[in-house]
Amino acid sequence: MSWFRRSRENIAPETQKKEIPEGMWTKCAQCGEMIHKTELEQNSYTCSKCNAHFRIGSKEYIEILLDSNSFNEYDRKLRSTDPLRFTDTKHYRDRIPEAIKKTKLYDAVRWGTGTIDKRPVVFAGMDFSFIGGSMGSVVGEKVGRSIDKSLKSKSSLLVVSSSGGARMMEGALSLMQMAKTSAKLGRLSDARIPFISVLTDPTTGGVTASYAMLGDINIAEPGALIGFAGPRVIKQTIGKDLPPGFQRSEFLLEHGFLDMVVHRKDLRNTISQLLSLLTS
Amino acid sequence: MAQAILDFEKPIIELEQKMEELRRYADNPDIAKELSRIEKQVTQLQQSIYAGLTRWQKVQLARHPDRPYTLDYIGLITKDFVELHGDRTVKDDKAIVGGFAWLDKYSVMIIGHQKGRDTKSNLYRNFGMPNPEGYRKALRLMKLAEKFKRPVITLLDTPGAYPGLEAEERGQAEAIARNLLEMSRLRVPIIVVIIGEGASGGALGIGIGDRILMLESTWYSVISPESCSSILWRSWDFKEQAAEALQLTASDLKKQGIIDVIVPEPIGGAHRNHEEMARILKETLLDELGHLLKIKTEKLIERRVEKFSKMGATSG
Repeated sequence: MSWFRRSRENIAPETQKKEIPEGMWTKCAQCGEMIHKTELEQNSYTCSKCNAHFRIGSKEYIEILLDSNSFNEYDRKLRSTDPLRFTDTKHYRDRIPEAIKKTKLYDAVRWGTGTIDKRPVVFAGMDFSFIGGSMGSVVGEKVGRSIDKSLKSKSSLLVVSSSGGARMMEGALSLMQMAKTSAKLGRLSDARIPFISVLTDPTTGGVTASYAMLGDINIAEPGALIGFAGPRVIKQTIGKDLPPGFQRSEFLLEHGFLDMVVHRKDLRNTISQLLSLLTS
Repeated sequence: MAQAILDFEKPIIELEQKMEELRRYADNPDIAKELSRIEKQVTQLQQSIYAGLTRWQKVQLARHPDRPYTLDYIGLITKDFVELHGDRTVKDDKAIVGGFAWLDKYSVMIIGHQKGRDTKSNLYRNFGMPNPEGYRKALRLMKLAEKFKRPVITLLDTPGAYPGLEAEERGQAEAIARNLLEMSRLRVPIIVVIIGEGASGGALGIGIGDRILMLESTWYSVISPESCSSILWRSWDFKEQAAEALQLTASDLKKQGIIDVIVPEPIGGAHRNHEEMARILKETLLDELGHLLKIKTEKLIERRVEKFSKMGATSG
């Protein structure tokens, strides 16, 4: 416990979260527009009125970015072994099956091979819905294997990130996944195979401080929260409200950490153009 | 030395003070006898106390304000240290120090987090919490070492990378990520030593190497016990449990296959005897360096990447 406290008076409450929509009609959390399911899908899960990007998972990104039916998943059932037998208010060994049941996924990333406009790619997409997209051994291992595959097959790597950071329940082993993925990306870089990193809302902590920031090309969706420390921690540290737009995609673009901010509807096209320019 | 005393150190300190008093009358045979009895008692007490420390108590030892810091080790184990400054882009980060020095017969690049000892020096060092410039300075120095074929030694001791507004503006995440990638393929040997606190990405940012050493009473994990408590228990009061759950001590990390060597500390901890601690560390470093310098560069890098690739626990 710290021996002094900062006043909370000048700290505003957290903003609302955008969630994956359910049912036929969805209300946009940003502008309040009611959007029909079909329209939402056609718009790549963005609001046609205000352009808000809804949080989606790896399944949707596979549909949006890859040629239809081209995706071939690897290591689907790879799961954590709870190496520390970690317990907080809950056992980690109970959290995992709960998350599996809720998301129909085995961990927070899905990887495989596919094509974009017939060009082969290795794809890894994260799922924020699985324990906050946190990176433990499984995420690190699967992203690592996707890099290995990219290296071996000499096809470009595309990673779509969405993560709250490293997974606490695997302690230092989670931390080492940052080392693992970055070291492998060094090999990929030496082999001159393109790596495109797409950062979506939110990408923070250990994922940002490893593979997500290491793309040859870094692309973010509009308005995505991207950073190392979470805004709440920074607010507490400096004891002030954060400026509007802080740690959002546009802010990172302005400060030189992204190559571009691309609307989700244009993402596939942009990536395809880049792949053509880099690999033809 | 003005000593900060942790709760579990108190009985030892009390006995030691009693011993000091008795020493003044040591020419009296009865007192000499009593003295040797107390000496034995102190040794036994120390052994039993330090063998039974909880993980939280080890965290406290790792943060002990009298522990040697990076510049203390540099002063004690190297000669002719020339400190180098700045990242050549924004500024010189005082929370990370580094430069060339002689470690015995080897000219090495030695880099580490630097904490302060009082309020003034802690503000100057930002409590050992680097901004992006710190990581970029470290990388610049490592590249310099690579250019002149000098091995790198890094000393880790940080409560974390600084979570500030400007740190984010200048790309804290990118700076750390870049170091992880570049360190993994640096073409000279790297030895990493956790000398105090190894808090998360802030520590790992200078923590990729061929051999990872950890002093006996230090911690290294993905998050501090306090922050872990606040997030998972939604209260600051569960730091002891969080420390247990995180399994963050040297012996824990050895079991998890993350570190290679536990460097023993003098009885009572590094803060009780800086010279002895430095001697043990220097000996270990020389031994490790001797082995690493025999390995061909390509093989060294191959092994380094493989080393981190193996870390993790998955099935299926």
